[in-house]
Amino acid sequence: MIPRLRRTGLLALAATALLVVTACAPGSGGDDAKKEPASDVETDVAGAGDVTLTVWDQEVRSGQDKPLEELNAAFMDTYPNVTIKRVSRSFTDLQKQLRLAITGDDAPDVVQANNARADMGAFVKAGLLRSLEPYAGAYGWEDRFPDTVRSVVSYSEDGQTFGEGNLYGLPLTGELVGVWYNKAKLADLGIEPPQTLADFEAALDQAKQAGEIPIQFGNLDQWPGIHEWGFAQNQFVPRDEIRNLGFGQEGSSWTTDENTAAAEAITGWADKGYFTKGFNGLGYDPSWQAFVKGDGVFLVSGTWLLADLSAGLKDDLGFMLPPVGETGDLAVTGSTGLPFSITEASENPDVAAAYLDFITSEDAMAKISAAGGLPVVDLEAQQPSGTQAEVFDAWSTASSEDALVPYLDWATPDATDVVPTEVQQLLGGDRSVDDFLGALEDDYSSFTGG
Amino acid sequence: MQHSRGAPGQPRTVAYLYLAPALLVFGCFMAWPLLRAVWLSLFEWDGLSVGTWVGLGNYVDVLTDPQLRAPFVHSLVLVVFFSALPIVAGMVLAGLMSRARLRGSGFFRTVIFLPQVVAMVVVAIAWRDIYAPEGSINDALSAVGLDGLARAWLGEPSFALMAVGLVGTWVGTGLCMVLFLAGLAKVPRELYESATLDGAGPLRQFLAVGLPALRGELAVAMTLTLVAALRTFDLVYVMTDGGPGRSTRVPSYEVYRWSLEEGKVGYGVTIALLLTAAILLLTIGINRVAEGDRR
Repeated sequence: MIPRLRRTGLLALAATALLVVTACAPGSGGDDAKKEPASDVETDVAGAGDVTLTVWDQEVRSGQDKPLEELNAAFMDTYPNVTIKRVSRSFTDLQKQLRLAITGDDAPDVVQANNARADMGAFVKAGLLRSLEPYAGAYGWEDRFPDTVRSVVSYSEDGQTFGEGNLYGLPLTGELVGVWYNKAKLADLGIEPPQTLADFEAALDQAKQAGEIPIQFGNLDQWPGIHEWGFAQNQFVPRDEIRNLGFGQEGSSWTTDENTAAAEAITGWADKGYFTKGFNGLGYDPSWQAFVKGDGVFLVSGTWLLADLSAGLKDDLGFMLPPVGETGDLAVTGSTGLPFSITEASENPDVAAAYLDFITSEDAMAKISAAGGLPVVDLEAQQPSGTQAEVFDAWSTASSEDALVPYLDWATPDATDVVPTEVQQLLGGDRSVDDFLGALEDDYSSFTGG
Repeated sequence: MQHSRGAPGQPRTVAYLYLAPALLVFGCFMAWPLLRAVWLSLFEWDGLSVGTWVGLGNYVDVLTDPQLRAPFVHSLVLVVFFSALPIVAGMVLAGLMSRARLRGSGFFRTVIFLPQVVAMVVVAIAWRDIYAPEGSINDALSAVGLDGLARAWLGEPSFALMAVGLVGTWVGTGLCMVLFLAGLAKVPRELYESATLDGAGPLRQFLAVGLPALRGELAVAMTLTLVAALRTFDLVYVMTDGGPGRSTRVPSYEVYRWSLEEGKVGYGVTIALLLTAAILLLTIGINRVAEGDRR
């Protein structure tokens, strides 16, 4: 027995030694050849020689896939020396695989990264994304995109500050979390689309009396709760306060009277049965599908559902901004669709920048609109009809009134986990309002150090 | 050629040649990743930038983190549903089926085993619908006038873990039953006959003749179901995402969450390694006990 033991021991020792010799700290792989500063911006794509651009995106839904497909083809037609290799994945898949892909030897040139601190923020911090500032000047992106849009794709160079600093991505579409409503049901109840919190709550009560589901809601997947909570918060908490909390900047607090009022309002809605019965056990997809089938008067969710909802409800589908509540100001959770960024590892950043410019051009915006989407800019140039027109109006109003506030899970690296689980427990009656706000405050203050 | 070095019966060097392909596969896909994991667990690493050496820091953190205790307790609850219940149910079913000559027993055996064949994700999606507020369970309850019991099974912290666990019972029972049936088939008919002559009833016969023969199968069933219980991920991920709140989070879900979502790879990997060690120890323990008498 002894010799064999010794042999195994030796083997283990050798393996460990091998490991120590070959492995170094994870993430340090290879030589860190610093790319030459992108001070000399080259906008001439035709002269760049044969180039292959690898693009990772998540525009897989029919309304989003088509315009991008067309734009890629048009770009390659314009510049025959460029080949675009497109890799599409669903949103959740992309989020998981991007971390591995972006650090690999063969990183894509252009990636669609979520704006949140946990994603874009972490990539910027790790020096994996290229600042687009030099190109913004060359292509006039400051004029193309308003401040509100640029702020949600801007980070400081160290990734610490969100909402200002360098530009790290360009979005194609806009996104709002508003109120979808069933026009036929509202008409039956004799209610006008409510513009104020008081009217909205009266409408909920009336719908409940009439035996309808006032707000269709499915929260089994946890993340929809962020939008429901944000929607309540919009009506009680001043916009700048929400922005501070949402961008994870110092000087605000969750444990204020306004946030308490918002949390009490939303738990009140849950207690009065204004949400779908058993909402914490109902999936997001089954929930909006039920809304399409006529279960529910209102549905609080994002404009990304436009194509799916109108396909089912047709002319009965309406969209409006959140009612104006105690603050007296309109506030709406919204942002851009996922921005396209250029990786630090890209060997052809100039061509990639020209590509970003191309897919955010006026022509591109027209294509997105024609496919039924909400382009991020150039809305006045489009001719939408029906519910799409209502969504366009809402976006224009929100932009012109400076009413956009960020998603609450962007705030801190842990917010993506903390906010949805806490909201789910608050609405399920397993957390008091104080404990709920306390948990959010802990996460926020431990991040901002305040 | 010199083969005479070793004592007679000692394996010859050439044996390693035969083992080489298997060893190579094992080394590349099991041993090396495991060693890498151990290495990663010694770092604080976000998966993106360069990691920092923390030695055994992650292990200390994992073992002292009060937030991680609940997931491990949850997995113990799941052991009851994934392991204890299927073994009992499988034993009863096998006992009945091996003795009673009932018509269509082949059909029932297939139906009970079927969940084993279906991919776990499919199982999870199907049960998610069954447990939905408007799903079949609640429909059935209200059909018999038990509306009061209908609820959002996956949406209430006190029921969600049990609901997930019962799916495990449903899946595991078929496997246990088939294992035990195979075990009972080995028992010579004569033993039962002599038991009958001694005046033993069906239950007594099972306890005195059938059960002792199942020792080996029981060990296999316990090992397989325990491992399944402790490493459950797909059911939780698809059915509840760890919710409502954190009430169905299990260790494997925490591994995924920390390494892929929270960007603390070293921490997540440490949980994975400790879970692996726990499972390994448990399986060794079970096999020791099962083989104890035979030596």
